[in-house]
Amino acid sequence: MTDLTDLGIAAIRDGVREGAFSAREVAEAFVARVAAAKSLNAFLVETPDHAFAAADAADKARAAGETLKPLAGVPIGMKDLFCTKGVASTAASHILEGFVPPYESRVSQNLWDAGAGMLGKLNMDQFAMGSSNETSAFGNVISPWRRSDGGASGKNWAPLTPGGSSGGSSAAIAARLCPAATGTDTGGSIRQPAAFTGIAGIKPTYGRCSRWGVVAFASSLDQAGPMARDVRDCAIMLEAMAGFDPRDATSLDLDVPKWEAGLSGDLKGKKIGIPKEYRVENMPAEIEALWQQGIAWAKDAGAEIVEVSLPHTRYALPAYYIIAPAEASSNLARYDGVRYGLRDLPDGANLQEMYAATRAAGFGDEVKRRIMIGTYVLSAGYYDAYFTQASKVRTLIARDFEAAWESCDVLLTPTAPSAAFALGEKSADPIAMYLNDVFTVPSSLAGLPAMSVPGGLDAAGLPLGLQIIGKPLDEQSVLNAGLAIEQRAGFTARPEQWW
Amino acid sequence: MSVDTATVKRIASLARIAITDAEAERLAPELGNILGWIEQLGEVDTGDVAPMTAVIPNHLRLRDDVVTDGGARDAVLANAPQAEHGFFAVPKVIE
Repeated sequence: MTDLTDLGIAAIRDGVREGAFSAREVAEAFVARVAAAKSLNAFLVETPDHAFAAADAADKARAAGETLKPLAGVPIGMKDLFCTKGVASTAASHILEGFVPPYESRVSQNLWDAGAGMLGKLNMDQFAMGSSNETSAFGNVISPWRRSDGGASGKNWAPLTPGGSSGGSSAAIAARLCPAATGTDTGGSIRQPAAFTGIAGIKPTYGRCSRWGVVAFASSLDQAGPMARDVRDCAIMLEAMAGFDPRDATSLDLDVPKWEAGLSGDLKGKKIGIPKEYRVENMPAEIEALWQQGIAWAKDAGAEIVEVSLPHTRYALPAYYIIAPAEASSNLARYDGVRYGLRDLPDGANLQEMYAATRAAGFGDEVKRRIMIGTYVLSAGYYDAYFTQASKVRTLIARDFEAAWESCDVLLTPTAPSAAFALGEKSADPIAMYLNDVFTVPSSLAGLPAMSVPGGLDAAGLPLGLQIIGKPLDEQSVLNAGLAIEQRAGFTARPEQWW
Repeated sequence: MSVDTATVKRIASLARIAITDAEAERLAPELGNILGWIEQLGEVDTGDVAPMTAVIPNHLRLRDDVVTDGGARDAVLANAPQAEHGFFAVPKVIE
């Protein structure tokens, strides 16, 4: 019999519908795999009962001859940025340790309403601030991938990052601990970890998925999306996650398209733009080669390739590192030791001292760094020079994309400037870490849908991803271009189990 | 751009984060490097460009002015580090 944990969303959904196996069997297989993978540190909380309850409901509905829900029998992982009712939600920070939400985030509720069950809460960079999962207060997530050139000494088997911030999600999917998981993306936090672990992930247009009940990082950028093994599974899961929510002021009041039904890998008549500014200095030859391969695949699928220019690309990262910390410094003001989470009250401390002590004890270094940068750029005398200027540059970056859409339908770029790096390799230099998001941040600043699909392996046997960026609300073209590449890449590599 | 420890302490105080002298020493060059890096934005000509306020055109919705939620005091207080008599409790603030 097939190992059920090798199946993705579509295969599980269809198998449960057809009675090839029960939802309970699927849940049991994944729960066992999660329990046996503690060394990856992907899960912060395991919730087998949640998964079993959803599975039993699916099996009961099938036995009763009812129409099964879109995700009936599919167990998923939930990034710990989503508040889940009755289940500890910490955003991987000590400051939220012990917080048990009395409510459910809209996106997770949508998934449960669609019949999905939860295997557990996934580790991540603290408050989603990081690109390597090293800022979690509960330990690094270890990628299931290892370099194939470990050598006799095995020294090249240094533990690798699964990417970040959705690194628990990417590691868990790549290790077959769950068929899919939620992610969130502020500057690349779905796409970069997907690329580093050989899976697919899509950040939809800003406003497609409700931010209600998602721990806020930078509200004008934060957007939830699915991470899964392939493009079809992403389409299925995104349909379940998206939708209008009156409780999120920036939620788009639009119907959710039938993305799965609209999937087509035929790109005839489509124009794919290649932004020349994404050919950055010191880009490894393997990344350039992968990009050229992606262009060849797109041509093979019938697309016409056009070169486009996004002249303000080089300013995207510095603009992002003003805007995102500014919004974070404001959003994270709520962690004060009064209403939830940690309180540190030194002997004799007054209220102000309690706030300062609580925040010093509860936030990790990277979170403090970003709060302080944000506080600085918003402070009197600096606001216009930094924050207003960054917001103007953001307008110019969005205009660059608008101009590009006059000559193409989607853009094709690498997802990240390198394959996964070793844990600790970049943690001493914040700017080196920030540069990892050079290809993903511009589309985040413009609110555009963008996805990463696996393109191949580098010389060390590590996955590399290709990114597709689309017009606002045109997730379908993004998914279809992703599918065309997926069909031609034939990516079947998976990490050899060592954990 | 150089940031001195006095500036770091002032920012930390505005951000309500307690820091030691040693931490301020460590953070000063770190923040200086990051701020120096983001200062390159100054070279972009943004003379007649409006700052972005919404990435995707959307309109602010109004809802009916009616009660839609409430009566959840115990749930609201359930996660408080200290709650007394139906209120959040904090150290005494009356001088």
